[in-house]
Amino acid sequence: MNPTEAYYESSRCLFCYDAPCVQACPTHIDIPLFIKQIQTGNISGSAKTIFESNWLGNACGKVCPTDVLCEGACVYDNQHVPVIQIGRLQNFATQTMIDEGSNLCKPGEGRNGKIAIIGGGPAGIACACELRMLGYQAVIFEAKDRPSGLTVHGVAPYKITNEEVLAEVDFLQQQLGFEIRYGQQISSQEDLQAIEQEFDAVFLGVGLGATRQLVLPGEDKKNVVGAVEFIEDLRMQHHRIKVPDRVVVLGGGNTAMDAASESARMGATEVTLAYRRSRSEMGGYDFEYELAKSVGAIGLFNVTPLEILGNERVTGIRMIRTSTANGKVVTIPDSEFEISCDMVIKATGQAKQGSFLAMIEGLELDQKKRIVVSSDNYQTTNPKYFAGGDAVNGGAEVVNAAYEGKMAAQGIHRWLESKQE
Amino acid sequence: MPDLSIDFAGIKAPNPFWLASGPPTNSGYQVMKAFDAGWGGAVWKTLGVPIVNVSSRYGSINYRDTRMAGFNNIELITDRPLSDNLHEIEEVKKHFPNHAVIASLMVESRDEWEQIIRDVENAGADGIELNFGCPHGMCERGMGSAVGQEPVVLETIVGWVMEAAKVPVITKLTPNISHIVDPGLAAARGGSDAVSLINTIKSIMGIDLDTYAPYPIVDNKGTNGGYCGPAVKPIALEMVKELAQHPEIRHMPISGIGGIETWRDAVEFILLGASSLQICTAVMHYGFGIVREMKTGLLEFMEQKGYEKISDFVGLALPNVTEWKHLNLNYKVVAKIDQEKCIGCQLCYVACDDGAHQAIRVIGSTESRVPEIIEENCVGCNLCALVCPVEECITMEHRDQGIAPVTWDELAERGKIPTTFDDDLAGGKGHHVPRPEEAFKFRK
Ligand SMILES: Cc1cc2nc3c(=O)[nH]c(=O)nc-3n(C[C@H](O)[C@H](O)[C@H](O)COP(=O)(O)OP(=O)(O)OC[C@H]3O[C@@H](n4cnc5c(N)ncnc54)[C@H](O)[C@@H]3O)c2cc1C
Ligand SMILES: Cc1cc2nc3c(=O)[nH]c(=O)nc-3n(C[C@H](O)[C@H](O)[C@H](O)COP(=O)(O)O)c2cc1C
Ligand code: SF4
Repeated sequence: MNPTEAYYESSRCLFCYDAPCVQACPTHIDIPLFIKQIQTGNISGSAKTIFESNWLGNACGKVCPTDVLCEGACVYDNQHVPVIQIGRLQNFATQTMIDEGSNLCKPGEGRNGKIAIIGGGPAGIACACELRMLGYQAVIFEAKDRPSGLTVHGVAPYKITNEEVLAEVDFLQQQLGFEIRYGQQISSQEDLQAIEQEFDAVFLGVGLGATRQLVLPGEDKKNVVGAVEFIEDLRMQHHRIKVPDRVVVLGGGNTAMDAASESARMGATEVTLAYRRSRSEMGGYDFEYELAKSVGAIGLFNVTPLEILGNERVTGIRMIRTSTANGKVVTIPDSEFEISCDMVIKATGQAKQGSFLAMIEGLELDQKKRIVVSSDNYQTTNPKYFAGGDAVNGGAEVVNAAYEGKMAAQGIHRWLESKQE
Repeated sequence: MPDLSIDFAGIKAPNPFWLASGPPTNSGYQVMKAFDAGWGGAVWKTLGVPIVNVSSRYGSINYRDTRMAGFNNIELITDRPLSDNLHEIEEVKKHFPNHAVIASLMVESRDEWEQIIRDVENAGADGIELNFGCPHGMCERGMGSAVGQEPVVLETIVGWVMEAAKVPVITKLTPNISHIVDPGLAAARGGSDAVSLINTIKSIMGIDLDTYAPYPIVDNKGTNGGYCGPAVKPIALEMVKELAQHPEIRHMPISGIGGIETWRDAVEFILLGASSLQICTAVMHYGFGIVREMKTGLLEFMEQKGYEKISDFVGLALPNVTEWKHLNLNYKVVAKIDQEKCIGCQLCYVACDDGAHQAIRVIGSTESRVPEIIEENCVGCNLCALVCPVEECITMEHRDQGIAPVTWDELAERGKIPTTFDDDLAGGKGHHVPRPEEAFKFRK
């Protein structure tokens, strides 16, 4: 968005009272305020308003599903007038400040207390920023060699570039001074003990694990890949990836949509999006599906895979048709069929970090292996541990992770304060 | 962080943003809600002998899609009994001892003035504002702008008030007068502690094309009302400046009013000499929440400029507002079009060709719609830059003439100003003007 566009677009905002867009934003950014601040040329104030509520405000302006969040709530829609482009305005403000290298925030006055953050994804970064604002020391332990978790490794590259993601984290780190230790996979009881000794509290922002196994015959063949791994590869070594001609993507969520869109963009000529339920039951957003279709993907509904075919390398997939009865998927006898393909991408969900989390004493997980936290302070059942992000919500959006990380930091602060009294 | 708190003629407030006397200050409920939302003070809806209002009261100028670019009203002072208002003022002060509550007053006789001043002081008001401004209804009864337009009467009443009042007194001026300095001087002579301006401007908002009645319409009739909102800001700024520069008036702090909606408006009023700000229409449009934009913007501005308190920059623009005769006649700017940014609307071209000095040329080809400035014809009037819809596309660039500055006054002293109709010294002599018949080349 250029300054002229920002000027016109910001002029259109009605400055609604108790604005529905603010309610629809998981981090409750004061949207009418930041837009009015853009309008009056107070770009730094606008960026402050955004970051005050959402430490990953720049990334969110690009990767949030705004159609179903803030922009979906804009009252202009009730009049069939184009809604305000909130995400793009948000980026205009934050990107301008990031490009200028402006100093927007100062860490809070030093307080006693050192907090370890395991996982440098959106949840961990947001937690670190908020802790620094509250005056605590924050150290992030990150397994990989760069920050931001799935924002760099998972989110479809057409939404945001790696450079943009990293620039925001850099911008925040420069001003707030939290530490990130890269290549630090916390994987043993000893690692955890060492952290517990050195730190006053621990935040778990470990996200989800690798793509879940489907337990299908032939799943181990070459070119059968997990969607998250496929996209991660794509994001890290875009230029070296070659996608074969015919690709079948299994799944109906947004990750499946992304994998289908990206395969088509990377040159696949036949992309089939196969989902075991109907089109209307698909979890992915409509606009994501439309996007996948627009680049050539074809939806195939009410089918489920039985076997992956081929010798060493995949050559096809055997499927069976399904129907839904009482909410349950049942297969239709004698409806098996085969599709030839050169690659199968499984977008059927990520596993949880169960085995790692089991090492933490007294840490309760729910039936779906999500970390159980108290809703007001994000404290786990082990009082020293707090948690947020995908590991708690089971897999949502960057914006939810950013919110939960921030709220957990405030929870940690209140807990440490109460311990001192 | 900069400090927004102010001491305005002895009235202290946590910030300079006050609600102007009007509907938003009609009740204790509203004033307390406003203080909670971040306002620093409130000038209560004008108190006096309560009136009766009409129904349908407001009109507005919608400039294209912009609602309420200008606003008017035909309301009078409070229609609520004095005792209710006094009771609520007391209540507000109990909850907000550090916020400024100023009682706006309008009565007739000296006795009434003395009585009501005692009452509002007893209720805990931090100051008094004298409403000599209302341009409709009240003036017909010898109050409001009827007083504000008669400097002698104004001075007398201010004198009565000053004798009676223990709290600081602000005199609110009407803009419905040809020279704002006259009532300003009268307020100063009467001994007022401060002045506030502007009240609303006499106006008719438009005519309904079916009933031929002016807006706002009351049973197929209407009357002139008071104009306010963003449209009146330039008039208010000028009047504030007049008082802030006047040697016999400028000792009084000025509360700036008129069209303030954003932090920028606020800063402009302060730079021209205001040390507190009052807002009515913007609140009526957007609610009390609008103050969060003004406050954050003002703080950001102060931080960037390195100001610690409001008084650090009150009036800093005043030395730059001079009389026309002191402007440098040898200063020259010319328009420049950024070829990259231009979108080809050609509004600048037609504005200059039809409405200014024929200093922009279009090639008239389909290849490029980007106009060109003919620099030797450009008088530097700004029009093209003002009509251009693209931010920073047309800019005015300084051209050093290599000649020393000279003003009209200095030229006059040297006898170098045009004095006859065909004087060789005419500024536009020899300036390019197309031959009249060239107009016909546009005939189709
Ligand atoms: C394919 C895909 C597309 C998506 N698209 C979008 C989108 O368009 N918009 C959107 O808003 N969201 C999207 N999401 C969701 C979003 O990316 C996540 O919700 C978000 O990143 C969750 O943040 P988090 O911090 O909880 O976890 P993660 O982002 O997963 O970060 C966890 C971090 O912890 C590190 N870690 C894990 N275990 C350890 C350990 N033991 N020791 C040290 N470090 C560890 C990991 O390396 C990682 O950096 C998408 C997700 C996927 C998979
Ligand atoms: C509906 C309405 C009622 C008003 N009533 C009063 C009043 O009772 N006393 C007064 O001094 N000014 C009154 N005013 C004038 C405002 O206080 C203020 O001077 C004027 O509206 C300009 O400021 P604005 O542009 O921020 O509205 C009123 C204005 C409006 C719009
Ligand atoms: S704002 Fe509307 S609802 Fe409220 S009093 Fe006026 S006309 Fe009635």
